[in-house]
Amino acid sequence: MKYAYYPGCSQEGSALDYGKSTGALCAALGIELAEIPGWSCCGSTPAHAVDTELSAALCARNLDLAARDGAEQVVTPCPSCLSNLRLAADRMKEPVFRARVNELLDAPAAERLPESTSVMQLIARVYDADSLAARVTRPLTGLRIAAYYGCLMSRPADVMQFGDPENPTLMESLLSACGAEMVEFPLKTVCCGASFGIPERPLTARNSGRILDLATKLGADVIAVACPLCQMNLDLRQKQAARAEDAFFHMPVLYFTQLMGLAMGIAPEHLGLDQLCVSAGSLLRKMEAARAAAGAKGTEAKGGKA
Amino acid sequence: MRIGVFICHCGSNIAGTVDVAQVAERARHYPDVVYADDPMYTCAEPGQAAIEAAIREYRLDGVVVASCTPRMHEPTFRRTVARAGLNPYMFEMANIREHVSWIGKDREANTNKAAELVLMAVEKLRRNRPLAPKSFDVTRKALIIGGGVAGIQAALDCADGGVPVILVEREATIGGKMAKLDKTFPTVDCSACILGPKMVDVAQHPLITLYAYSEVEDISGYVGNFQVKIRRKTPYVDWSKCTGCGACTEKCPSKKTPDAFNEFTGDTTAITIAFPQAIPKKAVINAPYCRKLTSGKCGICAKVCPTGAVNYELKDEIVTETVGSIVAATGYDLMDWSVYEEYGGGRYPDVITALQYERLLNASGPTGGHIVRPSDGREPKDVVFIQCVGSRDRSVGRPYCSGFCCMYTAKQAVLTKDHLPDSQSYVFYMDIRAAGKLYDEFTRRAMEEYGTHYIRGRVSAIYPDGEGRYVVMGADTLMGEPIEIKADLIVLAVGIESSEGASKLAEKLRISYDSYGFFMESHVKLKPVETNTAGVFLAGACQGPKDIPASVAQGSAAAAKVLDLFARPKLQSDPQIAHVDIRRCVDCGKCIRCCPFGSIEEVSVRGENKAQVIETVCQGCGLCVATCPQGAIQLSHSTDNQILAEVNALCRF
Repeated sequence: MKYAYYPGCSQEGSALDYGKSTGALCAALGIELAEIPGWSCCGSTPAHAVDTELSAALCARNLDLAARDGAEQVVTPCPSCLSNLRLAADRMKEPVFRARVNELLDAPAAERLPESTSVMQLIARVYDADSLAARVTRPLTGLRIAAYYGCLMSRPADVMQFGDPENPTLMESLLSACGAEMVEFPLKTVCCGASFGIPERPLTARNSGRILDLATKLGADVIAVACPLCQMNLDLRQKQAARAEDAFFHMPVLYFTQLMGLAMGIAPEHLGLDQLCVSAGSLLRKMEAARAAAGAKGTEAKGGKA
Repeated sequence: MRIGVFICHCGSNIAGTVDVAQVAERARHYPDVVYADDPMYTCAEPGQAAIEAAIREYRLDGVVVASCTPRMHEPTFRRTVARAGLNPYMFEMANIREHVSWIGKDREANTNKAAELVLMAVEKLRRNRPLAPKSFDVTRKALIIGGGVAGIQAALDCADGGVPVILVEREATIGGKMAKLDKTFPTVDCSACILGPKMVDVAQHPLITLYAYSEVEDISGYVGNFQVKIRRKTPYVDWSKCTGCGACTEKCPSKKTPDAFNEFTGDTTAITIAFPQAIPKKAVINAPYCRKLTSGKCGICAKVCPTGAVNYELKDEIVTETVGSIVAATGYDLMDWSVYEEYGGGRYPDVITALQYERLLNASGPTGGHIVRPSDGREPKDVVFIQCVGSRDRSVGRPYCSGFCCMYTAKQAVLTKDHLPDSQSYVFYMDIRAAGKLYDEFTRRAMEEYGTHYIRGRVSAIYPDGEGRYVVMGADTLMGEPIEIKADLIVLAVGIESSEGASKLAEKLRISYDSYGFFMESHVKLKPVETNTAGVFLAGACQGPKDIPASVAQGSAAAAKVLDLFARPKLQSDPQIAHVDIRRCVDCGKCIRCCPFGSIEEVSVRGENKAQVIETVCQGCGLCVATCPQGAIQLSHSTDNQILAEVNALCRF
């Protein structure tokens, strides 16, 4: 099946690596993504914070483009985009609201707007744990991963439909299918500070610091994320967070698509690992070491048998 | 026939949206109506006197009152007309309050509807016949279901009043939740010390028969004569021989049995005596954990028992009892708080329920009364109490207040300081509900004398800090800022719900229950102990959240109702019952099968089998009337002719 792909603005800038790894992973998994022609920004936080109709109009424009392209399913990697797209589609079911939004658009939006989902949910829908594990060529064995969803992936619960809003587990099931050891991470849905990194930096530093601190204490090698803003706060601002916590962190923060991509045997350069602020070198070395150890054991075992 | 009609204003309750004077005026033109009036309060003394006077002055032989629901005042007005010499069943009531004035604002439509309801009542009354109740014998014996403090109080009060009592308790010992508590608010006296003597009184009272480890299987019959089937679950121990010495519990090798009495804070053995003051103090085998019963290999308890009481072959027994009255006192359970994923959903060992904390505080609990963390056995220093976990929370479907958590949380904070003087307690609360005698003073003491830090706000998350402690994140809504507390132990004031299986029991008792399983009282304010089934009364938290003083009070109140019922030599049956016209009955037996009360029997009349209603058992539900294919059964006071007359009154055009 072909899916209409809505990358979201961050894929063009701060989250180039998310876009790159999503593309590479989906290609490896045989999930065909077709970028919505002429897509534009969903309005992000500024639009919906000021005017729901404006926000809905920006989203409806993109959903409308996808509909005209014959798409039934829109996929986006960004939880914030997804939340906006779903809320807009929901609100457009109300005729008075729809009429107002249509006034803002060049032409009235299509009557039936396509459904939206996240890349993570799409992968889980296409592959169950076993069939995913069957596609793994370089398992993440030896990596201890803390899955961090951020606030938006599971909330608002009735819109995002992502399991328990306080304790989602989808990322864990995908990554453990790839051979990783998942750390029970209690702060998985606690806010990283989001866009307060600009107006109120100490707040974001404190919130992100708490997440990095706990992940470090729980012995995680890497934090897996699904949100471009979370990734930026935890990775790009890691030094600010460390100063707030009066600590030192060295915690790689990777998109789950990058980690899954590694497991599928995709080369690091095709996953945008070079874009990370905190280098993923330690991870790659750890994976290499685990593989070497397993290989040695394998030969030993074979030798023993012979 | 000469009928009088009274249209009640009910203050402004009815007159506010119904033109009562106009309804009275229209009623004057209804057939057989010779008098109509619109008194301000018909149920008040002058209102009733006016009815009596009108009956005499206008030689009335039937009265219609249009006012509130008959559930409220039909018995009142029946007595009124009886005082003036009429048969009490020559009375009809039209409900123009709940069915008209309270539910509509359109005065004209309301007035028309009220007038039509009055006409229906008049048309029915014209076909009423005087009825007389039958009297029947009563079994002066009470069944009390549930041996918590409410049931114990009800049992003792009934027995002290001379009524023999059957007390049925599901667990192996009576005492209920109160037996698990350490101390009780607001006086901080030992729970076992005040409950223990009452439990002993139950065991020793000559008029109380205690069936512990038993459940009510089935109930039939009606007020005065209920037949009750009780399943005595097998304890695999012959209790007539067991002396409660406890030798078996010491030698039992299956030491990893979950300990329900200790709220699963520790393990016990497969054969147990719940606690030292248990009544009856008898051993019970927890079958799924017993090696002998599961694998056939063991039998140690049977070997060590000095009286030879252990018997693995014992089976459940069914006993049947006849009682005249039943008190339901089945108590409560904690809701399943694992829905709170933000509090760990049950994954963190040091996040426990308040009832588990009681067991840790209790000297006969798993830690001998020492407060230690379940995870590592260390004494906690910072203890956080979170209130309203599963109370007043619509997001988990529990909108109601559990009533007593504010108080026991304050008590537990006080006890924590007593046990661990270096500790610091924090309480997250929404509102402090301390509306009882000495209650507010007690919570103030917890704050002022014991230094408990009260924080008004909810906890958003609890998480382990990776170093063995927990971070409690919340909001301080008085300071208007987020707050984080490092804690060693977190105690949740988990909200309560009706006890497991309460709704099934309610169905056996034929009483109503609300959407949370709590049993419904007859009237929230004026009949808090009665149910809508005659002879069945309620005591304690089965009716709604209640603390110990309120449960004891309701236990005594239920006993008073039982004694009141048994104070009469005979009971009178309602004459609004079914009658079989034997000329039409073809003995098909359908009515016998459909009667939910077992009140129809087959009798031989001049060599032919016919159905016959047992007058004192029939409840007048009318199921048999609708079922009878021959139309041979009529319900007195609601005959087909009467119902058709009402319908015709309504559908004249």
